Amino acid sequence: MTHSAAPIHRPLSHKPWSALLRLFLSAVLIVVSVFPLLYAVSTSFKKGSGLFNPELIPSQPTLDNYLGLFRDQPFGTNLLNSAMVSGGAVALTLCLSLLAAWSLGRVKFRGRGVLMLTILGVSMFPQVAVLSGMYELIRFLGLYDSLGALWISNLIITLPFTVWVLVTFVAQLPKELEEAAMMDGVGVFTLIFRIFLPLLWPALVATGLLAFIASWNEFLFALTFTLSTEQRTVPVAIALISGSSGGFELPWGSIMAASVIVTLPLVLLVVYFQRLIVSGLTAGAVKG
Amino acid sequence: MSSTQHSSPPPRASLSARRVRTAWWLVAPLMVVLAMVAGWPLGRTLWFGLTDAHLSRLAEAHFIGLDNFIGEQGVLFDPAWWQSVLNTTVFALLSVSLETVLGLGVALMLNHPSRMRTLLRATVLVPWAIPTVVSAKMWSWMLHDQFGIVNHVLLSMGLIDSPLAWTADPSLSLFTIVLVDVWKTTPFMALLILAALQMVPQDCLEAAKVDGVPPWRVFRRITLPLIMPGVAVAMIFRMLDALRVFDVIYVMTSNSRDTKSMSIYVREQLIDFQMVGRGSAAATLLFLMIALATITHLALTRSQREEASA
Repeated sequence: MTHSAAPIHRPLSHKPWSALLRLFLSAVLIVVSVFPLLYAVSTSFKKGSGLFNPELIPSQPTLDNYLGLFRDQPFGTNLLNSAMVSGGAVALTLCLSLLAAWSLGRVKFRGRGVLMLTILGVSMFPQVAVLSGMYELIRFLGLYDSLGALWISNLIITLPFTVWVLVTFVAQLPKELEEAAMMDGVGVFTLIFRIFLPLLWPALVATGLLAFIASWNEFLFALTFTLSTEQRTVPVAIALISGSSGGFELPWGSIMAASVIVTLPLVLLVVYFQRLIVSGLTAGAVKG
Repeated sequence: MSSTQHSSPPPRASLSARRVRTAWWLVAPLMVVLAMVAGWPLGRTLWFGLTDAHLSRLAEAHFIGLDNFIGEQGVLFDPAWWQSVLNTTVFALLSVSLETVLGLGVALMLNHPSRMRTLLRATVLVPWAIPTVVSAKMWSWMLHDQFGIVNHVLLSMGLIDSPLAWTADPSLSLFTIVLVDVWKTTPFMALLILAALQMVPQDCLEAAKVDGVPPWRVFRRITLPLIMPGVAVAMIFRMLDALRVFDVIYVMTSNSRDTKSMSIYVREQLIDFQMVGRGSAAATLLFLMIALATITHLALTRSQREEASA
């Protein structure tokens, strides 16, 4: 900070109560953000009547909820499904958008603005607006109740913002790079994959992560286009977990265990890559 | 590809023409895929809205004009539809305004240089990283009317006399859903506003500080006007997102009348009742509303941009 610029006002900006207030607000913010997850972790180790005790550290911790998920339900398969759907969607999305990014970011051609607006429009329209048409398409392709259905439908969500962010990044790369490459008579694929790609790594990781998270969390399509328990992705599996004993109350212990399993990898990824993710999130929105 | 190369005299022009052609080839796969996964299904939905299509026999749909909209059984005469429009509007307005105010506060805290900044930013991202379905379930459990920790704490603090039925009480449920959405989405808002804050030129703020302008006035007169365009964009993004809300409501209150959103209504018609025609008609209405909002926004910002540049 620039203390030297305004020595007279230094005491003003360092009033003890303002620092204290800031500390207090930070603490509140941290507790509010993290508590629900901590409470879910705590609940996931409780069983039976222990569930009805709101203590934070379970007095009789048990792993039964976790073991039960894999024993009584195809939760392992659900996890694998989610990983395959998200991985496939990310790979498809990155390939398609990387190819298009050079054209949309670097070449001035008629219709470019319209194309970009169309892509932005796709990211804005409601998913239910394509639901019946998509259902018909998926039936027609014979993909109903299979992971292929989710690869296709997730593209609606992942493609628009990936293209938008990558175009923003490509447009910021130095012009000289391309001119020099063109001077050497380099083809456009060499330009994209040998020259741009190494420079675009941060953007690719950021958009790849965002696309991964988006399809990992996707619910509406996964709920509508799969039917059997074995084809469900994790969000659908969690939403539809119900008491195996046929009781009235939901098995909250198992639900929280499943929630913790799907959430922890995401939270770790996000915290580890926070800088990249923030840059990806804001590049798409602010420049747009 | 090289057919036009010798036809036009200046070599630069043909070079750029070739460049444009290559550009189109590279965009083509993306456009084909988008047409297939977005354009075509959207077109079919608009068409189904004008037919009596049924989920089990989509192929036998017959054109029935606007019956799904204004017929006797039309969506526009269905009180449940209007209830869902009202629910969605209330949800969107409440959650977006709360998220903007809170997001601005969080962004200001994140923008303040301190040793805790990295830790703060990481923790703030946690709710955003949690899948909506999961956060809805977590909160359903914490807000459970009998065993939930929220009721437990409120009871033991003496703030309430009897447990509240957060998700079942018709006068509370929509409010509860707004709270859960605000918890999850404020980080996104905060990050977008933070990006806008970081583009405010530091010398402006320094100058005001040197002149002894009180911090509140600096914020009102300098910071706020400068970040307003960024905040507006973020609000529009969130608004369009909130108007199509589905996951959190489906998980927390399912098909309850008091919280049913437009997206929930559409899916209920399409899948649960198998009335593809009616459901598609409702989807068309939702699509038109969002399209109208987008176009209005684009027109408004364009006139603003022109005013600014004039």
